[in-house]
Amino acid sequence: MKRALALVERDMRKFRRSPALLFASLMLPLVQLVILGNAFGGNIKNVNMGVVNLDRGPESVDVLERVRAVGANARTFLPSDYTDESTAIADLRKGLLGGVLIIPQHYSRDLLEQHQPHLALVTDNTDRSVAGAIGDQMSQLVTSINAPQVMPREPQQALLDVVEVYPYIDYIKYLLPGSVALAIFVTAMIGGGMLFIDDKSRGLHEGYMVTPITKWELILGFNLSGTIKAVLAGETVLVLGAVVARVPNFFEPVRLIELTFMVILTSIALIGMMFFIMARISDPLVPRAIFGVLNTLLFFPSGAVYPIAGFPKWLRVMSECDPFTYAVHALRSLLLKDSGITAVTTDIFALMLTSVIVLSGSALLFRRTL
Amino acid sequence: MEANKQSSVAIDVGGISKRFPALLAVDNVSFTVNTGEIFGLLGPNGAGKSTLIRMLTTLVPPTSGTAMVAGHDIIRDPNAVRSNIGVIPQNMTSDPELTCAENIGIHARLFGITGEQRRKRTEELLAAVGLSDRANAMAATLSGGMRRRLEIARGMVHNPQILFLDEPTTGLDPVSRISVWEMITHLRAQEGRTLFLTTHYMDEADRLCDRLAIVDKGKVVALDTPVSLKSQVPGASRIELQFAPDLPNGTADLEKLPGVKSVRSLGSATYRVSSDRGPIAAQELIEVAQRYKLELKALSVQSTTLDDVFLHYTGHGLTEVPETAAPGGRGGRGGHS
Repeated sequence: MKRALALVERDMRKFRRSPALLFASLMLPLVQLVILGNAFGGNIKNVNMGVVNLDRGPESVDVLERVRAVGANARTFLPSDYTDESTAIADLRKGLLGGVLIIPQHYSRDLLEQHQPHLALVTDNTDRSVAGAIGDQMSQLVTSINAPQVMPREPQQALLDVVEVYPYIDYIKYLLPGSVALAIFVTAMIGGGMLFIDDKSRGLHEGYMVTPITKWELILGFNLSGTIKAVLAGETVLVLGAVVARVPNFFEPVRLIELTFMVILTSIALIGMMFFIMARISDPLVPRAIFGVLNTLLFFPSGAVYPIAGFPKWLRVMSECDPFTYAVHALRSLLLKDSGITAVTTDIFALMLTSVIVLSGSALLFRRTL
Repeated sequence: MEANKQSSVAIDVGGISKRFPALLAVDNVSFTVNTGEIFGLLGPNGAGKSTLIRMLTTLVPPTSGTAMVAGHDIIRDPNAVRSNIGVIPQNMTSDPELTCAENIGIHARLFGITGEQRRKRTEELLAAVGLSDRANAMAATLSGGMRRRLEIARGMVHNPQILFLDEPTTGLDPVSRISVWEMITHLRAQEGRTLFLTTHYMDEADRLCDRLAIVDKGKVVALDTPVSLKSQVPGASRIELQFAPDLPNGTADLEKLPGVKSVRSLGSATYRVSSDRGPIAAQELIEVAQRYKLELKALSVQSTTLDDVFLHYTGHGLTEVPETAAPGGRGGRGGHS
């Protein structure tokens, strides 16, 4: 154990002297948090929408007024009038418009005669988010048109009231747990994997191997120093990210302890995994080459940026095998729901199991000779 | 190893071999190194010296055979071997991003030396290798000679009985080489310490080693003191001389002299004589000149060198790397040299 601490001392001295590793570990997750957090998840606004009124009757005026009301208030779309359908569609194809609303001829007459007239919404479905937002807004608008002027005394319709358990969660908060896990991963990759292989190729390991340090002390030393660095990076992104994303009641002590526990557990699992992957590798190019692939394989299937419920089955299986998934789920529960540690016992078990598997695998693969 | 041998034999190598996929790097080598001596392995790059030293220092497991180092088996008890040896590898193993003092201090901790003892030992070693004024300098900023001295300090941190030095002066400038040589001589002066070094420099082997093993293509082809090795080479003293005027009978008179192995005429009344008798042969050649009343315009005697010894035992010069012993596919740090 004493000898393992020599490796920790060496890494900590270098870590303290050069902030480059910490800086590199923090940059990607923090930039991603701020940029993606604000780029995604916001309400779609100011989409240009062409309105072609072929009716001119009183009911079409009602539709136009409601469309203009959306343009003035929610601002999901900004309507502009077109006299003919083909010009509007041409502008849609040119990308000048996000959608075209067509009020057909005889709309007012058909509505009054209860002939179920159809309003047409042509959308640019190359952008599904914009098309979806306009579609949702227009559905609401049509529902309001169809609503009876006077509610019957005993309505024959079922109604749904949606109750949100937690205060409004914007996307930056949703992304934060993934950013914390990403900071731990980047540190595991740069401060764990790359440094390990670089030291090996520079001959530093040869210097350790001629001393009485045992194989177990070497594994412990490498993993312990990597974990300390990963925890520092994870905690830094956690605190900075929580402040930037304005997570409510973040600094409540019990919650901080629970979050720190999860950061430590995630760090042990990811550093262990990195050491397991690198145990038999000598080429310094390998960790650099697999960095991007591992990032994609671990980060995106974890539900860090998009809910797992939206994944195809094979990707769900992948996410179930991904330690990132459990780290992100636990951090999200503690950060956004303040669920307490008992709600994340499955995640704790999964991360512990990962640590045991990768550390046992490392012990089998690691050779204490050149 | 017998108990009475432990005090006199520091290293006992018994039929050790190392085979890499494409190459037999060390081929059934056996020898002993006595306590307190400087033992050298001399051979060209690719001869198997570094592989042999890596096996003795427990870095590479042998394919067959074993060795006792400081009384411990390198296969059965490698940790006991590591506790008793210091290793100064061919390449720098100090961390370039740590200071000299930190490098020594962390190495001390790897040997279980901590606290005040560690601080004191670090200071002592920095002073011993003349790096006290660079204690807080990053290892990356040191010159080649200073780095090698730092490596020596690290290797000495636990006061080992046996010190292994793998090509200690390779790549150093002449001044740094002399400084490292002096340090090695000083280390030997300390009681009971055994030094095992590899080199491909003849002058280094000749100057430093008490005994020398000549290694070629993974085998030890000769082992003795440098003086004995040189004396065993026939006709290795070369004498060049020029008469005025030329000898009346050409080379015939010279070939008759005792101990002369060959005579070659170089033209312009100049001859090159190879002899076993060195300076004595030179005296006899002067007598030949006097007998014929000839003037001796030039005479030079070149004694036997380890180059001659190496050529004699291997059939090729030290700088010629035999193709069969060229490093194979392993490359990098794990390769042999």
